[in-house]
Amino acid sequence: MSGPEVGLALSVLAACAVEAVEALTIVLAVGATRSWRSALTGVGAALLVLAVITAALGPAVTALPLGVLRVVVGGLLLIFGLQWLRKAILRASGLKALHDELAAFESEQAAARGAGGLGGLAGGLDAYSFTVAFKGVLLEGLEVVFIVLTFGANQHNVPLAAAAAAVAVVGVALAGLVAHAPLSRVPENTLKFGVGVMLTSFGIFWGAEGAGAHWPGGDAALLAIVPATLACALGMVRVLRRARVGAARRDAVGA
Amino acid sequence: MARVRGFGAFLWDFVVGDDWRSAVGVAVALGVTAVAAGAGVAAWWIMPVAAVGLLGASVWRAMG
Repeated sequence: MSGPEVGLALSVLAACAVEAVEALTIVLAVGATRSWRSALTGVGAALLVLAVITAALGPAVTALPLGVLRVVVGGLLLIFGLQWLRKAILRASGLKALHDELAAFESEQAAARGAGGLGGLAGGLDAYSFTVAFKGVLLEGLEVVFIVLTFGANQHNVPLAAAAAAVAVVGVALAGLVAHAPLSRVPENTLKFGVGVMLTSFGIFWGAEGAGAHWPGGDAALLAIVPATLACALGMVRVLRRARVGAARRDAVGA
Repeated sequence: MARVRGFGAFLWDFVVGDDWRSAVGVAVALGVTAVAAGAGVAAWWIMPVAAVGLLGASVWRAMG
């Protein structure tokens, strides 16, 4: 496997694992609190819609000229990456609360308990469980589909991207099945930091190439862009941490 | 009409997210790169510089 292919597989794997963990938390919360049958039917319906979207968009995306694909996808990945990275930097520097899957699970359960009686759909399905599981899996799944199609099409290797996504989703689903609890031990915040770095790096690389720029060293430039992006993000975390500690000290002295 | 509006809002949230300035900045940086590359100037450095600037500005705004 070449360097860019390893980067592709790892990026898709990490990004899809994060999305799958979040979807799993939602499904577990409504399933355990209200109705497993309705929640799992919602999951099945969402997977069906995702399959239709993938079948419709897949050929269209891969048929685009590479230059157009790279500038559009590079731009979108960079926009997504900057958002992921901003939140990850704020979390790592202590300026934003860390994402806590257990807290998300409890909050989802509280909402499910307060949502009124069971039922509402044909076949005795619980409308609330079905809808929440459907929406959760569809929204997180759309991001998985986007990542697989864009990364895969850009590298001319959709099967590798799809395989990495499948490993992530099946792995998370199996872990959830065994644990029967939200996967709070998954280092989600670290993963999100890493995914933010990868999305931003690939966005910079493909965006510039799609716009007509030529990277010194060709594809090997990624080997410099990824560490440079990581170093830059870690540098921002360090500066923000220092500023936060300095502000806390000044407050303590002033009090 | 409400559904179209709802879909538009979903699409905006999905693509642009909560910081539209970063999205506009990325579009501008891509445009500048295309113009520079079209003029035969070395343009590979524009996107990395823009990304660092946009990230710093986005973090700064988020801190209020």
